[in-house]
Amino acid sequence: MSDGMSEFAQPVKAAPDTLLDVNDLVVHFPAGRRGMFGPSSKIHAVDGVSFRVRRGTTFGIVGESGSGKSTTAQAVMRLIPATSGQIVFGGDNIADFRGERLRLARSKFQIVFQDPFSALNPRRRAGELIREPLDLLGIGSPKEREARVRQLLEEVGLPPQAADLFPHQFSGGQRQRLCIARAMAPEPDLIVCDEAVSALDVAIQAQILNLLKKLQRERGLTYIFISHDLGVIQHFCDDIAVMYLGKIVEQAPASVLFSASRHPYSWSLIAAAAPPGPLRDRLKQQYLVKGDPPSPVDPPPGCRFAQRCPFVSERCRVELPILDATVPDHQVACCRSGELEPPRLTETA
Amino acid sequence: MAPVLSVQNLTVSMKGDNSLVPVLENLSFDVAQGKTMALVGESGCGKSMTALAIMRLLPENFIIISGSITLDGEDVLAAAPAKLRGLRGNKMSMIFQEPMTALNPLYTVGDQIGEVLRQHRKLSRRDATEQAVNFLKAVQIPAAERRVHAYPHQLSGGMRQRVMIAMALACRPKLLIADEPTTALDVTVQAQIFDLLSQLQDETETAIVLITHDLGAVAELADDVAVLYAGRCIEQGASREIISHARHPYTRGLMACVPHLQLGPVASNTHGELAEIPGMVPPLGARGSDCAFLPRCAFAGEVCRSHPQPPLDRVDASAAVSCWRHQEIAP
Repeated sequence: MSDGMSEFAQPVKAAPDTLLDVNDLVVHFPAGRRGMFGPSSKIHAVDGVSFRVRRGTTFGIVGESGSGKSTTAQAVMRLIPATSGQIVFGGDNIADFRGERLRLARSKFQIVFQDPFSALNPRRRAGELIREPLDLLGIGSPKEREARVRQLLEEVGLPPQAADLFPHQFSGGQRQRLCIARAMAPEPDLIVCDEAVSALDVAIQAQILNLLKKLQRERGLTYIFISHDLGVIQHFCDDIAVMYLGKIVEQAPASVLFSASRHPYSWSLIAAAAPPGPLRDRLKQQYLVKGDPPSPVDPPPGCRFAQRCPFVSERCRVELPILDATVPDHQVACCRSGELEPPRLTETA
Repeated sequence: MAPVLSVQNLTVSMKGDNSLVPVLENLSFDVAQGKTMALVGESGCGKSMTALAIMRLLPENFIIISGSITLDGEDVLAAAPAKLRGLRGNKMSMIFQEPMTALNPLYTVGDQIGEVLRQHRKLSRRDATEQAVNFLKAVQIPAAERRVHAYPHQLSGGMRQRVMIAMALACRPKLLIADEPTTALDVTVQAQIFDLLSQLQDETETAIVLITHDLGAVAELADDVAVLYAGRCIEQGASREIISHARHPYTRGLMACVPHLQLGPVASNTHGELAEIPGMVPPLGARGSDCAFLPRCAFAGEVCRSHPQPPLDRVDASAAVSCWRHQEIAP
């Protein structure tokens, strides 16, 4: 118990087993002015997100589209500029890195995108695509790079002849394997999988998930795994953050989140994804929210979820709840988290 | 009572360079009034082609070789173009996967829903718009009076799909084909759309053909299910029966490889390997007469290699399966 508390109390410098420590990350995009002379609007894509990823584990981010999952991942990858916040990766704040230093640091964190059709250059052969990161980062001699490409193809379950083919000659699952091989090429510590299996058929999805698991076991990889599919998230992740409109509303280990979640939005997601049966019907009736998420442009004060929350009170509309660790390792941002009764998640009524 | 839709021995082929490549082979199913039939399978299994064949919207180089499609007593395959126009949108209609590309960006949603009514019910523009408001209300779009004048880009994905549903149901069709209606949507919105579909079905008694790869949706919505693999139906029957006692190795594989959400305090073996089906669906043209699932099947035996794919074998009143070894390998 005391160990858990001290971990939370610790300031910027991370514990030794923490690979990535994101502190108060904010990403705002300009959204024009309201009227010709009005104040300028901002899209609050990511609004003060903090989390830690332990080395060798998988950190899941789940939420609806527009909740800021991908923006968080891309900001952590330094693919889009963060408005403010720290990204401490392996002891260095990479949010401050610029130019050549950032470019070389990129060998340690790589990303796999959702759509393997648009993530691969159609005019280059698979072998070149996988070798490209090695070429750009100057890793190994040309001969070693060729050997590494063959080895990577084998690791992701493709034959060596695949190196000479173009992306259109592969199926969706095989293309995603190529993307994974490319991400693995510079031997990164962290791989971000941004909806990496969402575009694939269920049977292929299982193959790719098993491949990612195998690679993690063999090389101690750390993943940030973004998905909207709770079943996949539960199966794959150690820790899970639930995002809603740019904020983390709940964060807990997988075993806790699906047995004792405490935020009404998590309840809604669980109700929508529960296996069919009387339990699902009951959860849906009580907890499933209606409508679509509101716009992230200049959100109103108060809890972001207040407009759709079935348990909203006056206080929720004015007060922005902070992410609060009521139990070590289990953080919830809800004004009423103490009062609300969590749903019963077992069949027996 | 005669079924609303009856598809018998439907075979569709694609015109290749100098040969015909089979796309769908010998598919048969019936859908009764107020019932839902689900077509399940991976991409490339012929689910969408079945839907397009029923609507007579197949791409140019796809031809229907044999079989019959009967909708409410009318032979769809023999219908002349004018007759078909009368059927589409009126007696049968379709919801597409991607609501953004299926709606015309240059017309308001009111115009697009009203178009169906003006075409088939000969309503005036004003009456049609009035009706459109009612339909938007029926699909639970808030502020329908205002939204009827909105363009598709002003609506969210879930709202667009609701508009598609309103459009499809405007003439109270006998048959609604829903081609992966929720794949492009968020989970919470998916649940809402499924609820809406089943509620509207209760009210209008429409027969639904649901195309999906989500077996959870099948369990919830469908009365009957047909599992397609490489253009052939390999298992068919009452959805309850198939979900609880799948017999074909492919159906079993499909169900095992989806990580199901487990709630409550669960055993910590959730991080084990997922069951996977190795390999992938054979591409068009690479399908022989033997069982199409043979190269991926863990139960394949000598009998499977030496015989062509068996016909659907009725195992009991509510299930049929196409597998030589289904009795030996039954769990």
